[in-house]
Amino acid sequence: MSNVAVFDQNAGAGVLAESPLSHVSGRKGGSSPGVILREKAFMGYLTLRGNAADAAFCEGVEQVLGMPLPTAPMALHQNTQKGSSILWISPDEWLILLPGGTEYETELALRAELSGHFAVVNVSGGLTLLTVTGPDARHLLHKSTGYDVHPRNFPVGKGVTTTFAKATAIIRRPSETTWELVVRRSFADYCYRWLVDASREFGLDAEI
Amino acid sequence: MSQPNRLNQGGSIDRSKPLDFTFNGLRYSGYEGDTLASALLANGVDIVNRSFKYSRPRGIVASGAAEPNAIVQLGSTEAAQVPNVRATQQALYQGLSARSTNGWPNVNHDAMGLLGKLGGPMMGPGFYYKTFMAPASMWMTYEKFIRKAAGLGRAPQEKDPDIYDHYNHHCDLLIIGAGPAGLMAALTAARSGARVIICDEQETFGGSLLETADLLDGKPAQQWLANALVQLSDCGDVLMLPRTTANGYHDHNFVTLHERRTEHLADTAPEAHQSRSRMHHVRAGQVILATGSQERPVVYANNDVPGNLLCSAVSCYIRRYAVVPGQKLVVTTATDIGYQAALDWLDAGREVVAVVDCRANPDGDRVKQARQKGIRIITGSAVFEAKGSKRVTAARIAAVDLDAFTLTGQLEELACDTIASSGGFSPVVHLSAHTGARPVWNEEALGFVPGRVKGMIPAGGADAIYSLPAVLESGLQAAQQALQSCGYAAVSVDLPKASQRIESKSAALFQVPHLKPTSRAPKQFVDLQNDVTAAGIELATREGFESIEHVKRYTALGFGTDQGKLGNINGMAIAARILGQTIPETGTTVFRPNYTGITFGAIAGRHCGELFDPERYTALHAWHLKRGAKFEDVGQWKRPWYFPVGNETMHEAVARECQAVREKVGILDASTLGKIDIQGADAREFLGRVYTNKWAQLGLNKCRYGLMCKDDGMVMDDGVTTCLGDNHFLMTTTTGGAAAILDWLELWHQTEWPELEVYFNSVTDHWATMTITGPRARDLLSEVTDIDLSKDSFKFMECREGMVAGVPARVYRISFTGELTYEINVQANYAMHVWNALFEHESTYGLTPYGTETMHVLRAEKGFIIVGQDTDGSVTPEDLGMQWCVGYDKPFSWIGKRALSRPDTRRKDRKQLVGLLPTDPSVVLQEGAQIVFDPKQSIPMKMKGHVTSSYYSPTLGQGFALALVMGGAERMGEKVYMPMADGRVHEAEIVSPIFLDPKGERQNV
Amino acid sequence: MLHIYCPYCGEHREESEFRPKGQAHILRPKDPDNCSDEVWADYLFFRDNPRGLHHEMWLHATGCRKYFNVTRDTVSYEILETYKMGEQPKITAQSRAAGGEK
Repeated sequence: MSNVAVFDQNAGAGVLAESPLSHVSGRKGGSSPGVILREKAFMGYLTLRGNAADAAFCEGVEQVLGMPLPTAPMALHQNTQKGSSILWISPDEWLILLPGGTEYETELALRAELSGHFAVVNVSGGLTLLTVTGPDARHLLHKSTGYDVHPRNFPVGKGVTTTFAKATAIIRRPSETTWELVVRRSFADYCYRWLVDASREFGLDAEI
Repeated sequence: MSQPNRLNQGGSIDRSKPLDFTFNGLRYSGYEGDTLASALLANGVDIVNRSFKYSRPRGIVASGAAEPNAIVQLGSTEAAQVPNVRATQQALYQGLSARSTNGWPNVNHDAMGLLGKLGGPMMGPGFYYKTFMAPASMWMTYEKFIRKAAGLGRAPQEKDPDIYDHYNHHCDLLIIGAGPAGLMAALTAARSGARVIICDEQETFGGSLLETADLLDGKPAQQWLANALVQLSDCGDVLMLPRTTANGYHDHNFVTLHERRTEHLADTAPEAHQSRSRMHHVRAGQVILATGSQERPVVYANNDVPGNLLCSAVSCYIRRYAVVPGQKLVVTTATDIGYQAALDWLDAGREVVAVVDCRANPDGDRVKQARQKGIRIITGSAVFEAKGSKRVTAARIAAVDLDAFTLTGQLEELACDTIASSGGFSPVVHLSAHTGARPVWNEEALGFVPGRVKGMIPAGGADAIYSLPAVLESGLQAAQQALQSCGYAAVSVDLPKASQRIESKSAALFQVPHLKPTSRAPKQFVDLQNDVTAAGIELATREGFESIEHVKRYTALGFGTDQGKLGNINGMAIAARILGQTIPETGTTVFRPNYTGITFGAIAGRHCGELFDPERYTALHAWHLKRGAKFEDVGQWKRPWYFPVGNETMHEAVARECQAVREKVGILDASTLGKIDIQGADAREFLGRVYTNKWAQLGLNKCRYGLMCKDDGMVMDDGVTTCLGDNHFLMTTTTGGAAAILDWLELWHQTEWPELEVYFNSVTDHWATMTITGPRARDLLSEVTDIDLSKDSFKFMECREGMVAGVPARVYRISFTGELTYEINVQANYAMHVWNALFEHESTYGLTPYGTETMHVLRAEKGFIIVGQDTDGSVTPEDLGMQWCVGYDKPFSWIGKRALSRPDTRRKDRKQLVGLLPTDPSVVLQEGAQIVFDPKQSIPMKMKGHVTSSYYSPTLGQGFALALVMGGAERMGEKVYMPMADGRVHEAEIVSPIFLDPKGERQNV
Repeated sequence: MLHIYCPYCGEHREESEFRPKGQAHILRPKDPDNCSDEVWADYLFFRDNPRGLHHEMWLHATGCRKYFNVTRDTVSYEILETYKMGEQPKITAQSRAAGGEK
């Protein structure tokens, strides 16, 4: 018996895929919206588990992803060339974001490169990503999470798993002006409704 | 409209902006910058309320948060009603409409006043306790009247049109109070680069600086104030929040600030997107408590008659609002502040009858000033009684011996319409006590100062520091200390120069003795909001309530929205005197949030309506909606409950859905089941330890049902786990248990068996699960898949990978209905595509969507349990008759095993799972119904079990149930009884819990 | 609302991210099948309820999903230390009594 079952879960181009927010409608925010919301649907997501103290593991990951494995808590590493990133989730867990459709080949590559005790899990159907930009983006986050999103505590290159309204979300800061929310599929509608509501006072432009 | 008490000049109101408002239906006018209270006083409104218990007329006493009487119902429409608003804190706006909260039919002619007077003896302290001890029927009689007389405001009957929200902050310094101490602290901190929040409950920053006559740097203090505010607003990391009350101080410097954002503008927010108020959740590194101090009124007879005010309130109304609340003033004081009130009154052009000072030789600067201006000063004396009923008409004064607690010498009656009193100042320590720290008595200052709270530094009046230069310096020092604690370098800031005034030492004046003993003198009020009198406190101590906490509860001293702002210290001092103790020996009660009342809206924020709780949707939710599903809440999930067609009732829909599954094929959205991906060399070993049954031999692509117990042997979850690889398993859990089971696996891995190589990851949201079940399930699936579905190739309890409707899928052949079943799992983004592909064959196979209700009926017919419905945390696998699922001989002592040999779990009379068939087939038993063996026994009957699941079965053509019955497994065929609340008694026979296809042939085709 | 330092994330987080999981350092008997009913019942049902220092287990539920231990004063609610699973507390009732801690 093989140790682990891996299979390509991507359907062909003829199959209609629906993101967790496919059913919601966008919002027009007027000429100067305070908050701009976009969904980056159909990204590839892999959960990676392993031992960060194992140099071979770290090197293997870097080999495949073209960026070093973040070992500092909440560190976000990005490979802008490949459009991928990896975020520290816990001392033995990371979330890898990939261009949609590349998760199977990436999982195979990781499995080929790594050895010993590790795990790779495709979770692409269970998550979606929202980008939050605009002059009031940070105000919106202040209204939504108890985590300290002040730039002094939340510089570019950080990402945290924390409470968001009454749900859980990953909040990432890939650049000076952009915040990203990674939310679970089943909570996506609730989170979106929350964002629309919390943005009302700022003016919201949402294309979903 | 005329404002008889308004001065022609002075104050910080804007005379160019007149505002109209109504109070108790009468029209008045005031100015922008007024509070409702200052406007009412300007218009000469004496009576603003009737008192809570005795229904006595009451007027405005204070000028801020401490106001006990002027508590109004606000709102010009039903939807905008807000109860319990202090008129002293409510900014006036155009069209404001307010009513007294008490008073029936109105405050000027109150029918309850009669009851109040009769009720003096009738409704003494402890009234409620004593009445509650009477038969309950008596209480109902009193209640109607008391409610009408007592209620402090009412909730709106219509939906609140406003929105409220929350905002989270983290800061280095939170400064509560923007008076001289708070502002000095903020100016200091702002220059350090620290993140600073400063809030103040008043409309504008400044505190006492708004009305002081003192100079700073040789100029009016108001100029320094304006300059300071500009400096602060120029600092990037300083957040200034006026109209913001720190209402609760919680653990680890977590402080909630209630910001009133539009309440000064209109009844409801002018713009739909504006939140009416906002609750700031602040986690502060250090808190500077600069809440100032509160003047104490003096307790004397009839001190509640309108026209009795605090000295500081008199000065505030004159200086800030240009309102003189009367014509002829008598001051009774133990401090020099009383003289300030008299001087301000005189400056306003009205008559000061006398200042009555309990001290023998006051010689402060303000005393001298008053003397120079020719004000009559009567020393060694106090007002011991006010005359008048709806307004003060005179003050009775006499010389007092406070140590002996008697009046001495000549009595004198001074005609006047206003009595201002000052018994000294109490630091506002409320917030410091919210986390449990007891305030500490400061004998020098004659007041309680804040107890030690980690990360909190009191400054200024809150720390019993009262002279302006000292207050400013304490603010600066507090900020420097706080900055150091937060790791910021010291900054040097210049203090403004303030002149030091000579103050005469204050006396300890709480209650003024009367000619008669306290119990027989006219009422001497201690707590005006709760109608607590000195006599009441005396009675409480006489009846044995000597602890101050007991006195509080017996008399209601400092209850409710008042929280003892004016009355607590006087009450404690009076209790101490009666008990022959010192005040520190008597101690203080604990203050609790909220400092002043806030609306439920502010607490709820946006967590209301459709955002009250997350609603979790599956990938097929939109389809269910379109199909007209009725939904059921399962945890936070919205699951289709049933799919009515046309005008079907739930009963009809479920019967149809059940029939479809038993005869054709049904489909269920099972995506909500918890799914956990388990990988690692020790995955199999781990499963063997957390499940009751065996996993060592489970082959590739084989599925197995597993039962999980806690270590006490009680069933906690169940589900099917599949072997996907030697080191790779997929576990399913109950919908409600998904998160808890993942935590549970991590608990054992992280704390007990970290040496096992295994990782757990939730894939609940990743996979969508569609269950097709019924005799035609195979035919349906074969239309859309390349997987070989033949009976011998894809067996029951196996898993296959393949394409379903062009989508890579894992299909599990397991069954929760007893029918031939395939659970199709695809990456959730493709769920709708696959579901629609199946429904292209809807008419061919009679494919019928079904919901949780049908699922329940079908599984119960098979005797399949639902953990949490048929179990309740006290049920073992054996109680369920599931010994087949317990591996007693597994090598590792798995979780729950040891407890199954405890004497209690081996009892023969434990409740065991059985089936019940009602004798009357039309009866559907009530879930939760108690079971007895003998229906004729006397009450209370001996309860022997209860019904856990009960439905009507279209297949059986009758009602049936699952139940837990003591020793039930040995009682097959016996009759049991369910006596109902309406007197009927249902009879049922104990049968096997498997009602249909006991050999499992239907799922194995 | 407690402010809890997660020893795995290396920073303070709001209490709403955590779940309390009861007394820390409860040891499951090594050989359950051969321990007495009393020993097993003690492990299952009996917990300390001290006034003062308490060692308790918490889960960083909406964060890193790690369990860790907290030494907390049940009177003041002050958290004196947090430490990883498998580590022992530095501050105990004994060390406190001996003046080892302020």
